[in-house]
Amino acid sequence: MPDPLPPVEKPAPVAAGFSLLTGAKRWLVVGIALALLASYFSGTFNRYYLGIGIDVGIAIILAVSLNLINGHTGQFSLGHAGFMAVGGYFAAWLSLQMGVNAKVMFPLSLLAGGLFAAVVGLVVGVPSLRLRGDYLAIVTLGFGEIIRVIAQNTEAVGAASGLKGIPKFTNLGWTFGLAAVTIYAITALVNSTYGRGFLAVHDDEIAAESSGIGTTRYKVTAFVTGAFFAGIAGGLYAHHKQFLAPTGFDWLKSVEIVVMVILGGMGRTVGVIAAAILLTVMPELLRDFAEYRMIVYALLIIFLMLVRPGGLFSINFKRRSAA
Amino acid sequence: MDFQQTIQQLINGLGLGSIYALIALGYTMVYGVLRFINFAHSDVLMLGAFSALYIAPKVEKVLGPQSVTGAILVIVFSAAVCACLGMLIEFLAYRPLRNRPKLTVLITAIGVSLFIEFTCQNDAIFGSATRAFPKLLPEQQFHLGKIVLGSNDIIVPVVTALLLVGMWFIVQKTRIGTAMRAVSFNQQAASLMGVPVNRIISFTFGLGSALAAVAGILYSMKAPGIEPLMGVQPGLRAFIAAVVGGIGNLPGAVLGGLLIGVLETFAGGIPGLSNYRDAIAFGILILILLFKPAGLLGRATIEKV
Amino acid sequence: MKLRHFAIPAFAVCLALGLSNCKKGGGDTIKVGEFASLTGKEATFGMSSHEGTLLAIEEVNATGGVLGKKVELLTEDDQSKPGEPANAVNKLISKDSVVAILGEVASSRSLEAAPICQQSQIPMISPASTNPSVTQAGDYVFRACFTDPFQGAALANFSTGTLKATKVAMLTDVKSDYSKGLAKCFKDKFLANGGTLTTELDYNGGDKDFKAQLTTIKNGNPQAVFVPGYYTDVALIAIQAKQIGLTVPLFGGDGWESSVLLDIGKDDMNGNYFSTHCAADQGTPKMTAFVESYKKRFNGKVPDAMAVLGYDSAMLLADAIKRAGTTEGPKLRDAIAATKDFEGVSGKFSLNADRDAVKALVFIKIEGGKFRYTATVNP
Repeated sequence: MPDPLPPVEKPAPVAAGFSLLTGAKRWLVVGIALALLASYFSGTFNRYYLGIGIDVGIAIILAVSLNLINGHTGQFSLGHAGFMAVGGYFAAWLSLQMGVNAKVMFPLSLLAGGLFAAVVGLVVGVPSLRLRGDYLAIVTLGFGEIIRVIAQNTEAVGAASGLKGIPKFTNLGWTFGLAAVTIYAITALVNSTYGRGFLAVHDDEIAAESSGIGTTRYKVTAFVTGAFFAGIAGGLYAHHKQFLAPTGFDWLKSVEIVVMVILGGMGRTVGVIAAAILLTVMPELLRDFAEYRMIVYALLIIFLMLVRPGGLFSINFKRRSAA
Repeated sequence: MDFQQTIQQLINGLGLGSIYALIALGYTMVYGVLRFINFAHSDVLMLGAFSALYIAPKVEKVLGPQSVTGAILVIVFSAAVCACLGMLIEFLAYRPLRNRPKLTVLITAIGVSLFIEFTCQNDAIFGSATRAFPKLLPEQQFHLGKIVLGSNDIIVPVVTALLLVGMWFIVQKTRIGTAMRAVSFNQQAASLMGVPVNRIISFTFGLGSALAAVAGILYSMKAPGIEPLMGVQPGLRAFIAAVVGGIGNLPGAVLGGLLIGVLETFAGGIPGLSNYRDAIAFGILILILLFKPAGLLGRATIEKV
Repeated sequence: MKLRHFAIPAFAVCLALGLSNCKKGGGDTIKVGEFASLTGKEATFGMSSHEGTLLAIEEVNATGGVLGKKVELLTEDDQSKPGEPANAVNKLISKDSVVAILGEVASSRSLEAAPICQQSQIPMISPASTNPSVTQAGDYVFRACFTDPFQGAALANFSTGTLKATKVAMLTDVKSDYSKGLAKCFKDKFLANGGTLTTELDYNGGDKDFKAQLTTIKNGNPQAVFVPGYYTDVALIAIQAKQIGLTVPLFGGDGWESSVLLDIGKDDMNGNYFSTHCAADQGTPKMTAFVESYKKRFNGKVPDAMAVLGYDSAMLLADAIKRAGTTEGPKLRDAIAATKDFEGVSGKFSLNADRDAVKALVFIKIEGGKFRYTATVNP
């Protein structure tokens, strides 16, 4: 008698995709719960270290959001600080307009900032994403700078002297909760079937286009999504530092975020998160050596590129393939 | 704006534009040969100015203050120092990455630029405060009606023009220039034809850096306050100029430089517009890249699949 | 596998934060925090005010300190950059547990730090920030100098009265709160005095080329040019003005106060004027004595107004601590607010209800490559 047919297994990638998704949702909830717990006790924490903790959370959101554009989709954007600025300024402006109601409306202000940043991402992305490589980098840098100049000349947001007296609404709960959401959202997006398109665009744009993947659509989606989360990070930043200066969003800030993505290994979410934490905490630890801290930072960039362009944590994970 | 003011602004603009042109030449030459944007170029400008700061007193001791020969010597020595520095940077930071993806080299260039800037800001080197630049030449003013032509306004364009002629001569009429052009067309083919590619690239860097140094000194003659970050803004403008003119294209760099210099100056004199100069410069850049990515004088390249 | 790792960093951060509970220490010194621009674009401001403050603290400690304890000065550099004052002050308050903050000279940077000091209920005394909004941040924020409404009005009167210039051009640094604020205060009084502004243009602090603006200004035929900016830019403006044949006098405010103005500007600065807090050659006995002790301490360097104010603000704080009898926030704040007829090197002054100092202002003319005191204007 012939053997009964072995049970048909679901094709592996889809199964993997599903289990990851379930696992991801679980961790999202855990992450948010932890954040809220930490926030509840944050009154007893030392204010200085609390500040650094929030900086870390914001850096994570920025790095992971840029990772979608630069890492997963392989588009070199040097203007991420511009999206952060847009989100930050808009959210702060809303808070200042709303007066007493501002605290309750804080999540909505953040969301509004993120959406505005996403719109700007669309405006920037659609024309720019026809370009490749160096040229895209330059154009995004240019847009980032234009955003900075506009902020510098808009009296409503304090112009060149900056926006001061923003209420302090950001706390650990919001920061790490939103960080968890960002990580979940972007990871889920990239690991979904739709999200395979990002990786295809990254690996070989021409082949992807020939296979029927609308590369421009994917690139713009990556841009807009990344901009959205950067805008939210900007809003958190504004309500944490209580002060926004246009010069704080120049191309150097964009470079800082890019370095986090590169250090983490473009595309590796865990590495990028670790890099964001490292690059935020280290300067504070080195504050006593402030003069040398930036020199070390610059050397780190050069060293990375010469020796480990795959990122500081490029241990040999199996390279994700697009099918 | 009346006629005389327009002429005065034009003179200002051409002076500024000539300096941008010199810097833009460096960007464009390096791009032509290596196909990447040397972000650290703007810092060579600054190094040139600081070299002159240290060399000038020594020259003054021998030749006396504010002499033409002295000025020429200061410029030549500073240019030589920066040429060597440029070649050193290429050797240490870019040559090992010759075959890596362009974006890697771009980031390295950013790293090098930041390294130079931050190191020079350290008090052990130059310090971050603004230093006074010595007067290299006596200044004279010529009045034509309401228009004032300073001696600097004449010297800068003249020096730039001379250097451009020199550059054109080198690139078009000498063997090494031919080698540079060959490397920029096709590196592999050039090396197969016996062109020592590494040496040509070094030479290109050296030449570009020397031009940047001269630009830095001329810039400091107009604005005698130098500090480690002084190269960032003119560097960015010159870079835009190089792209606008067509990156890789030498006459394009000059045209771009003059154009950006004049536009910036006119915008600066108009109330309300002067704050947006950065945005205008970048706006022009973006428009060119979107509609004519090869630049005003460049040739469009077709991407082979 | 990826998201599992998210928990670890989250845990680590929370743990680290939980473990790092710092207590406000007692200790046998009184810690005073200072943030200043020791490096960067306005480096001389920070260096001068720091040296003045340091001299004051050393003198206080030499006579036994305050309340029986020595005073320890903790200084942070804000590099003349926005964003850094917030970091510096946060560190001083939260990590170093200082009882008061001294700083800054530049109004933008004081404005950044003031809300933080206010919220933490740590008194802050700015030595030389003149923008009115600084002390409006709250009742824990003070200043040891006059404000721009006073300075702007004095400059306007100087222009129409002493310089006899009723047609003036104005060139403002749009990146500086101080410059914009002073420009507005000047403009209000100047127009009220019947003057006219021929041209109003801006520049970005840090620019090197001003010929475009200066050419337009020259075309308007002003009798003088008001430049309420900082010294580095002013020096270049003065040089380039001469280069295009603009020979009328330039005048400005205390942002000009630095020896670098003369280092860079050299002879092109001659014939220009500026207002400031005090002058080394003012001739008062306290000033002469201070100049001597400053020169002795700092290798023959002559103090500028920022150094004097750095000294005065520190002495003011020490005096207030003595009067309060404690370093506790609210009581110290009240003592500072109650300052009356304080004998500072920069003059005798009291703090008014807005926590600003009511003081005289001096005018300096630049002649022969040197600063020369010319006049005093009383409040």
